[in-house]
Amino acid sequence: MSPWLAPLPQSTDLPVLLPAAARLARSAVAERTAGSFRLRLHPAQGVVLFVLFLVGCGWAQAQVQPGQAGIIATLWKWTPILLGGFAFNLAISVVAMSAGTVAGLFLGFGQISMLLPVRKGAWLTTHFFRNAPWLVLLFYCMFLLPFQIRLFGVTIPVPDWMKATLGLSLPVMANVSEIVRGAIQSIPTAQWESAASLAFNRRQTLWMIIFPQCIKRMLPPWMNLYAILTMATVLTSIVGVNEMMSLTRQALSAEDRSGLLLAFYSYVLFWFFLYCYPIARWTVRLEARYAVDS
Amino acid sequence: MEFFWAWFRWLHESTGINLTIFYDGFDRGRFASGLLMTIRLSAICILLSVLIGILGAWLQGSRLQFTRHVVYWYIQFFRNTPPLVQLYFFYFGIGTLLTTPGATGGPVPMVTNVTWAVISLSFFAGAFNVEIFRSGIEAVPRTTVEAAESLGFSRFRTYLHIVFPLAFRISLPALNNNLVNLVKTTTLAYAIAVPEMLYVTSQIWSDELNVPEMMNVLLVAYFALVGLLVYVMHRWERAIRVPGFGA
Repeated sequence: MSPWLAPLPQSTDLPVLLPAAARLARSAVAERTAGSFRLRLHPAQGVVLFVLFLVGCGWAQAQVQPGQAGIIATLWKWTPILLGGFAFNLAISVVAMSAGTVAGLFLGFGQISMLLPVRKGAWLTTHFFRNAPWLVLLFYCMFLLPFQIRLFGVTIPVPDWMKATLGLSLPVMANVSEIVRGAIQSIPTAQWESAASLAFNRRQTLWMIIFPQCIKRMLPPWMNLYAILTMATVLTSIVGVNEMMSLTRQALSAEDRSGLLLAFYSYVLFWFFLYCYPIARWTVRLEARYAVDS
Repeated sequence: MEFFWAWFRWLHESTGINLTIFYDGFDRGRFASGLLMTIRLSAICILLSVLIGILGAWLQGSRLQFTRHVVYWYIQFFRNTPPLVQLYFFYFGIGTLLTTPGATGGPVPMVTNVTWAVISLSFFAGAFNVEIFRSGIEAVPRTTVEAAESLGFSRFRTYLHIVFPLAFRISLPALNNNLVNLVKTTTLAYAIAVPEMLYVTSQIWSDELNVPEMMNVLLVAYFALVGLLVYVMHRWERAIRVPGFGA
């Protein structure tokens, strides 16, 4: 048939938008898989934060009554305690990330299992924990886990921060699971087929061919998730864990004077920025290096 | 209906599973009001944040450098700080400054905590929406805008009638991600005592001492709420997607 006689395509009323729409849809799917927004930090933000901190200090200094310590001395006095709280935040984030990653890897592999019940079960678990808000999961673990467990007659106390860490590792697990599934499914089918033609079985293909290629693709969203998790550790202050945010509030009420609010909170934000900035930059660099043309 | 409620009373008496929100009228009312508050909070914040997104994306294309800078720093602030900090900033930082002397002489806040939650969460999600819509607008071909100009459309009318409808259509998948995230973030309003579902549920379990039951109810309720939103948005996404790509 001559091309002039071929019927016009029925369903392309916006052909000019197609490439753009396809690109945006792809990036939305990638974001959905990663489960969280991309953190984008620039040095300029650090500078602004520092200026905010200086303004806060100036404001606090202006309200110092005779006989009271200056703002710098006050901050210096509280710094060891606040940094102790910050170390606690970091500890929670590291433990929650490790536990969540290990569990998420299993769940992610479960999502591509050949067994239907395992696949469906892993899918349901993943989406259940992805749909539940982080704070609700945190409450769930804080209130429902026992404060001590008896094991072979030995009583092991379960401190608050451990329960909070578990609460945070649940959403991490679900997000890692999706990242793993997305990465495995993004590997071209030809890789599976050529492995099969070389007589690799499924497990060998997965471990020796597919998964090593996935690590590169998983690393940027995984690191971004870690940065988001670090920021989310302040949520544990709501359920009464003595991390940096709670300690700041306690310090403010111990000082019991006005004008310290901005200085203290911008100080806290600045520490979080210092920690998350290198991670965010590194994520961007890795992403650029591992970018796969599609 | 009475029979249905009575069944939960029987469930409590026979198994000890104490779901007061079903058989106790007072708790039922409390829980319903919390659920309603969460839905209302989500709906208002979704609406406002989309409006902020539309307006911000328009301002970002402004010819004035100042306007673009303002939008840029707005996005920077709300994108890169934890929403809990933003909420505290509005409620404790600005909220305590905006007070009027009450009848007893004590300061009375001019803006309620519910309003602060709406403002804070809308600005938070709005910052993401600006970027989402912007990338959609950038994807609309320059030639389309030129065609509109040649037909005598002003800049605003081009945006409203031609560029935005196209941009919205292709940025819907990304918008969905953000709106789902927003509904999950409404739980943070708990921290400033907004009587939404999490807050009301915590009141119920401290009165009735049925923590495990209420926790599970809460988890299932949020799963259902977010799942429903995901489903509806996904259907909408499929209905208005640009035809011709994908399966």
